[in-house]
Amino acid sequence: MLRFLARRLIVALLVVATVMTLAFILTRLSGDLAVSIAGPSATQADVDAVRKAYGLDRPLLIQFFDWAGRAVTGDLGESYFFKTRVATLIGERMPVTLTLGLTGLVIALAVSLPLGILAAVRENTAFDRIVQVVALLGQAMPSFWLGLLLMILFGLKLGWLPISGTDSWESYIMPGVVLAFSAIPALTRLTRAGMIQAMGSDYIRTARAKGLSRASILLKHALRNAAIPVVAIAAVQLGFMLGGSIVIEQVFALHGVGFLAWESIAKNDFPVVQSVVLVLAAIYVLLTMLADLMNAVLDPRLRGA
Amino acid sequence: MTALLEVDRLQVQFGATAAVRGASLSVARGETHCLVGESGCGKSVTALAVMNLLARGGERKAERLAFEGEDLLKLSERGMARLRGNAMAMIFQEPMTSLNPAYTVGSQMTEVLRRHKGASQRAATDRAADLLARVGITAPGLRLGQFPHQLSGGLRQRVMIAMALMCEPKLLIADEPTTALDVTVQAQILRLLAGLQRDLGLGLLLITHDLGIVARVATRVSVMYAGEVVESAPTAELFAQPRHPYTQGLLRCVPVPGKIQRDQPLGAIRGTVPRVGHGFAGCAFRERCDFADETCQRTIPRHSAGATHDYLCRLPA
Ligand SMILES: Nc1ncnc2c1ncn2[C@@H]1O[C@H](COP(=O)(O)OP(=O)(O)OP(=O)(O)O)[C@@H](O)[C@H]1O
Ligand SMILES: [Mg+2]
Repeated sequence: MLRFLARRLIVALLVVATVMTLAFILTRLSGDLAVSIAGPSATQADVDAVRKAYGLDRPLLIQFFDWAGRAVTGDLGESYFFKTRVATLIGERMPVTLTLGLTGLVIALAVSLPLGILAAVRENTAFDRIVQVVALLGQAMPSFWLGLLLMILFGLKLGWLPISGTDSWESYIMPGVVLAFSAIPALTRLTRAGMIQAMGSDYIRTARAKGLSRASILLKHALRNAAIPVVAIAAVQLGFMLGGSIVIEQVFALHGVGFLAWESIAKNDFPVVQSVVLVLAAIYVLLTMLADLMNAVLDPRLRGA
Repeated sequence: MTALLEVDRLQVQFGATAAVRGASLSVARGETHCLVGESGCGKSVTALAVMNLLARGGERKAERLAFEGEDLLKLSERGMARLRGNAMAMIFQEPMTSLNPAYTVGSQMTEVLRRHKGASQRAATDRAADLLARVGITAPGLRLGQFPHQLSGGLRQRVMIAMALMCEPKLLIADEPTTALDVTVQAQILRLLAGLQRDLGLGLLLITHDLGIVARVATRVSVMYAGEVVESAPTAELFAQPRHPYTQGLLRCVPVPGKIQRDQPLGAIRGTVPRVGHGFAGCAFRERCDFADETCQRTIPRHSAGATHDYLCRLPA
């Protein structure tokens, strides 16, 4: 178990290091940073001054290790535009993004678990097929488009839900639904497949031979085993949703980390962009490790004797 | 008095395969009815059909299928669930995979008693520990807290037996319950079951290929071949005067204690069980039988050799 965890940790660190490198390279590809920071009316002397002040005149490799070295200790640098610490900036915005991601995950699970279970119980019936087709369509739908559709219907036409901002919990419903939509197909399919496999197993026959109630057979004995792969994928999907929030926060004007990333890209505020990418990647890696731990809790065989 | 379990002309189909073709048997209170026959002859399918636990695609039909006089064919799944694990219990042939890997032995054993008898967790745990001890498991307290993957095959098999006995069933269907156990444990379990039969009138439908066990514990034996009960008789009579050529062959294959004939070689039945599909007529054993003639291709009459002994063969008694 310890060795397993150690190996996971090494892989996780490698992933984060790779993401750091990529984030760094990509932000440098977007043109001369000193020019865009100095602004359109700046003279060559201004640009040179900016370049020197931000250390952009140093060799790229030095710049990278300087940034990476600080990032490892938690120092993400300072925003060019907001003139505040990047860590503070991300810290302020993170609750909005996490709330959004978790809302999306809860909605996704609340829809896909019952759908997957029902589809499995009614395997090969019309209901099962409809669920599969809808899941497929859901996956094919671009999220910003779905977001706009929902906004028009529930925000403008019906006036049920706020279309932007973070004033109340209701603001999270529509963006949460949009994010959930991207995860529902995979989670539903996995739940269905897991349930079908579990329901055909010998231990479910035993549960039936014991005269247990249908609810106990389905939810206690079958779902517990079917849930093991679902948990792993749910964690990965939450990671995707946090990434997807970059688009969705923009559509619904939620001022979270995704929104911050968007602003910063537009303003060439690359310490912020780099850091957002890094933080999201780190969260993603943490989530997959969390999934492994939860699997071990759900599956006693993984706990090690 | 009505029998505990009555099965009359049971048929089970899996698509085009006829797994059971008109098998009849009955189990009385306190009786041990043994079901024997070659691998694939339909013993497990018969048992599963009685419990209505056939795998997907399995369809059962019968003239009559009754437990304590109650028609099981008309019973809803919910009504069946009230009986299962409670008045009628089953031990499966697959001990390795029949326990849920996600729950402890204790949790799986106690839930039966809690469900059917409304027992408290404490009372149920005590009963589970007691039964584990009675099937020969040392340190039952420890085992109750363990997960199935921590137990050997023999232990799992004994857990399955103990679990089936949690609610003191009236009928126990046991499908090869002692295959993974060594002879001393096997003897202990057979003694335990015999005790329950004496004290509580437990009826036992025991599926086994071990004719030594049959000779020791069976009140009555039914021999299955290709989905049919080809011969059924009280144990002593079946061993002394087997009528069906297949039963005779089966008995020749195994040295039966007390009936060793040193001058005769241990026999074997030539050929293998044919695949019997839809519309098959006549005797399924005729290809392997020394006495077969052309009449064996027609419908075979069921002959009686006494009030409680019948067999399915054209040969007269
Ligand atoms: N789920 C299933 N689907 C299709 N056919 C099946 C299924 N289960 C059993 N059968 C068929 O039914 C027949 C009887 O099988 P069964 O398991 O009852 O044999 P058995 O007498 O218990 O044999 P064994 O001694 O090996 O346990 C076999 O020919 C098998 O192919
Ligand atoms: Mg079998």
